[in-house]
Amino acid sequence: MLIELLFRLRDARIPVSITEYLAMLDGLSHGIANYSIDDFYHFARLSLIKDERHFDRFDKVFGDYINGQQHLFEQVIGDIPEEWLRLEAERLFSEEEKQDIEALGGWDKIMDTLRQRMEEQKERHQGGSKWIGTGGTSPFGANGYNPAGVRIGQKTGRHGRALKVWDKREYKNLDSERELGTRNFKMALRKLRRFAREGAQDQFDMSGTIDATARNAGLLDIKMAAERRNAIKVLLLFDVGGSMDYHVTVSEELFSAASSEFKHLEYFYFHNFVYEKLWKDNRRRHNETITLTEFLRTYSADYRVIIVGDATMSPYEITAPGGSVEHWNEEAGIVWMQRLLEKFPHVAWLNPEPEAYWSRVQSVKITHQLMQKRMYGLTVDGIGKAIDGLKKRH
Amino acid sequence: MTKKFASTDRYIATDDLSLAVNAAITLGRPLLIKGEPGTGKTQLAEEVARSLSAPLYRWHIKSTTKAQQGLYEYDAVSRLRDSQLGDEKVHDISNYIIKGKLWESFEEDQLSVLLIDEIDKADIEFPNDLLLEIDKMEFHVYETKQTVVAKHRPLVIITSNNEKELPDAFLRRCFFHYIKFPDAETMEQIVSVHYPSIKKDLLSAALKAFFEIREVQGIKKKPSTSELLDWLKLLLAEEIPADALHADNSGSIIPKLHGALLKNEQDVHLFERLVFLNKRNQ
Repeated sequence: MLIELLFRLRDARIPVSITEYLAMLDGLSHGIANYSIDDFYHFARLSLIKDERHFDRFDKVFGDYINGQQHLFEQVIGDIPEEWLRLEAERLFSEEEKQDIEALGGWDKIMDTLRQRMEEQKERHQGGSKWIGTGGTSPFGANGYNPAGVRIGQKTGRHGRALKVWDKREYKNLDSERELGTRNFKMALRKLRRFAREGAQDQFDMSGTIDATARNAGLLDIKMAAERRNAIKVLLLFDVGGSMDYHVTVSEELFSAASSEFKHLEYFYFHNFVYEKLWKDNRRRHNETITLTEFLRTYSADYRVIIVGDATMSPYEITAPGGSVEHWNEEAGIVWMQRLLEKFPHVAWLNPEPEAYWSRVQSVKITHQLMQKRMYGLTVDGIGKAIDGLKKRH
Repeated sequence: MTKKFASTDRYIATDDLSLAVNAAITLGRPLLIKGEPGTGKTQLAEEVARSLSAPLYRWHIKSTTKAQQGLYEYDAVSRLRDSQLGDEKVHDISNYIIKGKLWESFEEDQLSVLLIDEIDKADIEFPNDLLLEIDKMEFHVYETKQTVVAKHRPLVIITSNNEKELPDAFLRRCFFHYIKFPDAETMEQIVSVHYPSIKKDLLSAALKAFFEIREVQGIKKKPSTSELLDWLKLLLAEEIPADALHADNSGSIIPKLHGALLKNEQDVHLFERLVFLNKRNQ
């Protein structure tokens, strides 16, 4: 029975292995969580899930699983004598509510409909206005708004909460498939590290000294070494203005995360697409610019280039000379972009628009193709993938 | 099982946290603790050790820490010096083996608590280097050719601030618990444990202000439990009355002594601006 939970979790893309499953069984056989469903929930999460980003998905799967186990309850209710249900109803409903029940056609009709729907319905249901489940306006189910409702499957928790812990979805914000703040960006960017010893030799190299001393017949021979530093160099190119205004916050967050993460970081701005000029200060974009030719000459090919932009524009802005919305460009954006891609083997494009929309916008499709599929969503997951791509040696 | 961990007079542990600790003790598995900064991750190890009256070994991890340092270190430099001075000690290599925290906790006859604090600060390979040691609770000393085996499996509590991903193989061997930020009810318990004599109205006013600040959108560093406790300490020390904390009090625009809660000047500016806007709208 429990093995089904394991497979459902794996279906939900949560990495659970046999080891964790056995650990859970081990714990259950030691009587750690056998007596309450809340304990079982906590213990299952403790032993199976190793990352808070998966908590939300776990909550969903667990909720479905437990409710699936409650099919038993649905089989049982058919056998409960009607008189007993009636008595319960007398006790549970207020006078006012009973009048409302009458409005729906009376108690008998409600119970009849209930039986009928139970036969039709096979799965757990939430919301909506017909099926039995939670949170809906159907007369059947828990937490609903229909005053003539029949409570099914709603038990008051130990702490007086009607809502189950896993139904609260408290960890929704931690799911890795959502866009998140600076901290998570930093963590994602941190994967882009390659430590190397560069620069002044200012640290005492113990093993080197011992080695040299031994070779030197026991006479001390001090060796020094340079400090280990993150040797990755990064160029960030931001699309600013226009449709990017909606994505200012997320771009800011990426920028602040990146600027604290990399020692060698340079950033530049462009509008909509890369043409012959870039600029460093958005207020003086028309006066202080750097030509792309100079840009390509200045930075060595071992820089990792991350371009941030929604790539949403008219296709002509990419493919045609003079297509830019701001100025007359002699050569098409695509030409400049190809020059950039030729120079830098490590390039990734981060797009703040949700991935699902990409295929609908012509210009995004063109850019994606131009980038040889190196376009990623500006989410923690997307950055992770982009970093994996940037790490590869070409 | 003889000993069980529960909330103490100094530390409030939620039900799921106590369950996690007890499960880790029963099954002898390491417990990995994550959570927002300031939710008492490190404190947990201290309180577990205190309530089980078990000795606590703290191993604080830095970016330069190597896994080997937790086991033992071979002090080659002293031996080199001793050899040059002609010291007798030099003939026995075990004189230069310095025990690490893991070794020390392995030597305890009773249940001990080993805290590996902020494991994410170390190099990416660090957790992998400890896999076998944590799993089997034994390791080999190459210099003296002896195998050290734990007399009693210690309870290993590992904290992480999520700055690095931990390897899957390592995670598979741990239990994982995420300390979520306490709700208002738990927070009240926590505060009353730390400041039993605090006045009810001051506490509720302070908690209200605190949770309101946490709700503010766009704040860079959300104040945490430890910041709340510091702030209350200041409020008590200054004997500030409860009504001074209400937002509608015209005397001050932001809560008194907010420096204990907001640790970033951009946050303070943001907050001031919001309070100002709120006032104008009233």
